[in-house]
Amino acid sequence: MEANTSKSAARELKDRKRGYKQPWTLHLMVLPAALLVLIFSYVPMLGNVMAFQDYKARLGFAHSPWVGFKHFHYMFTNDYFVKIIGNTLLFACSKVVLNLVVPFLFALLLNEVRKMGLKRSIQTFVYLPHFLSWVTLSGILIDVLGQTGIVNQLLTSAFGIKPIFFLGDGTWFRVTIIVSDVWKEFGFNTIIFLAALSGINPALYEAAEVDGASRWKQTLNITVPSLLPILIVVATLAMGNVLNANFDQVFNLYSPMIYQQGDIIDTFVYREGLLGGQFSFATAVGFFKSVISLVLIVFSYRLAYKYAGYRIF
Amino acid sequence: MYHKTLSYRVFSAFNNTVLLVIAILCLLPMFHLLMVSLSSSAAANAGLVTLWPKGLTFDAYEKTFRNANFLKSLWISIERTVLGTALGMLVNAIAAYALSKDTRVFRARNVYLWFFVVTMLFPGGLIPSYILILKLHLINNLFALILPGLVAVYNIILLLNFFRSVPKELEEAAFIDGAGHVRTFWAVYLPISLPSLATVSLFTMVSHWNAYFDGLIYMKDAAKLPLASFMQTIIVQADMTKFDPAAIAGLSQRTLRASQIFIGALPILIVYPFLQRYFVKGIVIGAVKE
Repeated sequence: MEANTSKSAARELKDRKRGYKQPWTLHLMVLPAALLVLIFSYVPMLGNVMAFQDYKARLGFAHSPWVGFKHFHYMFTNDYFVKIIGNTLLFACSKVVLNLVVPFLFALLLNEVRKMGLKRSIQTFVYLPHFLSWVTLSGILIDVLGQTGIVNQLLTSAFGIKPIFFLGDGTWFRVTIIVSDVWKEFGFNTIIFLAALSGINPALYEAAEVDGASRWKQTLNITVPSLLPILIVVATLAMGNVLNANFDQVFNLYSPMIYQQGDIIDTFVYREGLLGGQFSFATAVGFFKSVISLVLIVFSYRLAYKYAGYRIF
Repeated sequence: MYHKTLSYRVFSAFNNTVLLVIAILCLLPMFHLLMVSLSSSAAANAGLVTLWPKGLTFDAYEKTFRNANFLKSLWISIERTVLGTALGMLVNAIAAYALSKDTRVFRARNVYLWFFVVTMLFPGGLIPSYILILKLHLINNLFALILPGLVAVYNIILLLNFFRSVPKELEEAAFIDGAGHVRTFWAVYLPISLPSLATVSLFTMVSHWNAYFDGLIYMKDAAKLPLASFMQTIIVQADMTKFDPAAIAGLSQRTLRASQIFIGALPILIVYPFLQRYFVKGIVIGAVKE
């Protein structure tokens, strides 16, 4: 005990000598960021109370009547709402799975490319779509997938297939959403796996080589097991995205024709709230999504921490 | 030596080809549209353009650059990107410096960190954020596009992890020489972390340039739309009602649409090589902790 206190006192003295004596400067340095977050994140967070009100702009938060769970009740008894939950889950889950599997396989294959120049060019090409916005990519997709676009031209001239309404037919719209998302993101998602691949101890491969293992055997017994931990971390963390179907993508590609198969929670909130003026109901829908997402994120981070020792800071 | 076996060589040749084809396929849609933008309007409308411009002309680019609405929103995008990145980097970097100290030095560190992280876990929601901007009278104000996203918690965490990897001896030397935290940050941490700061600023710039939704909802005045929102309105929504019909005549033609898409993406394509050099390192360092 005695030794402990004298030790910590000594350490404190040392810290002071080092000039660690200005915590107020550190507070000041965090202050601008803290204030901005307080105004632009915490105030809207509190604004979520309007989900339990019938918010009227002229009455404000203080005087709008409280209605309890009315909006939530309406939400769950609404057939259309059930539909958009289904759409959201379908899009988000397919994207989560494919954006894990495709990059993983792509990284494994890319790792076999021995010509460095070729490898680098492939990487440069596949990363690029990640940095373009959905506005740009939608502009491109709308042109390319249109009725007179190049894809339909090719289908007609080469295969004699009638033009497909990629963005106007519900089923094709779903396919387009999922495939185009993988197109945009798979390259970028390989980075994390490539980084893990370069971290595998070469001695393992050398030993396998001596034992006469084929490359396939090496991949199966060294590469894949070494990548498993990072795969588990990425998969666990992706769980928090189960209700995130990507607003920017759907919003820029959908149209009233395919609302039944293409509408998701976020686009619904935007239309009901900002365009339709149903402030309280839209907030209730958004609030529901945020709560579920929060639970999922906290749960997935705990899992990732418990089983893989993952921490964000 | 598996490299020398016949089966591996066959696989390798096959693999190289397939991956190269996939990589080219990734870019093909963009390339096709570039060719459309460089073709004559008639050829493009007739669908004659594939991978080579038909009737090569820069007409579409000329017309786009002569359009006053387009130029105005281009300028607004440049303004928001420069201002937003500069302010954002300043605020986030100083906060990250303070938060990179351990609790022994900065006792409130973890409280602040949680204060920030909570906003990442539980976003405020669209409608309340919109009402806030309304109440602050920021509608049609450039700062409505800059202030709400200025603090990027993820960037703060990235930067604080960089700062923690700076050897402690450097700051001790600075402190012994009588420097305070501000001086140490400015003279020791900043110069040493330039590459990581560059990475984060490039990412911030890209996200500002690409952001369209805030412009769409906060800028009621069509003359104040940033480029991404302007393009979203006329290309994706094909909504011309917000603009003077004479002023945007023809902007929805196919070649002109294509040229606008390319001009909009050009800054990204220009910074991309620099981005690429840094981001792998940035992500890996950000992900790997001491």
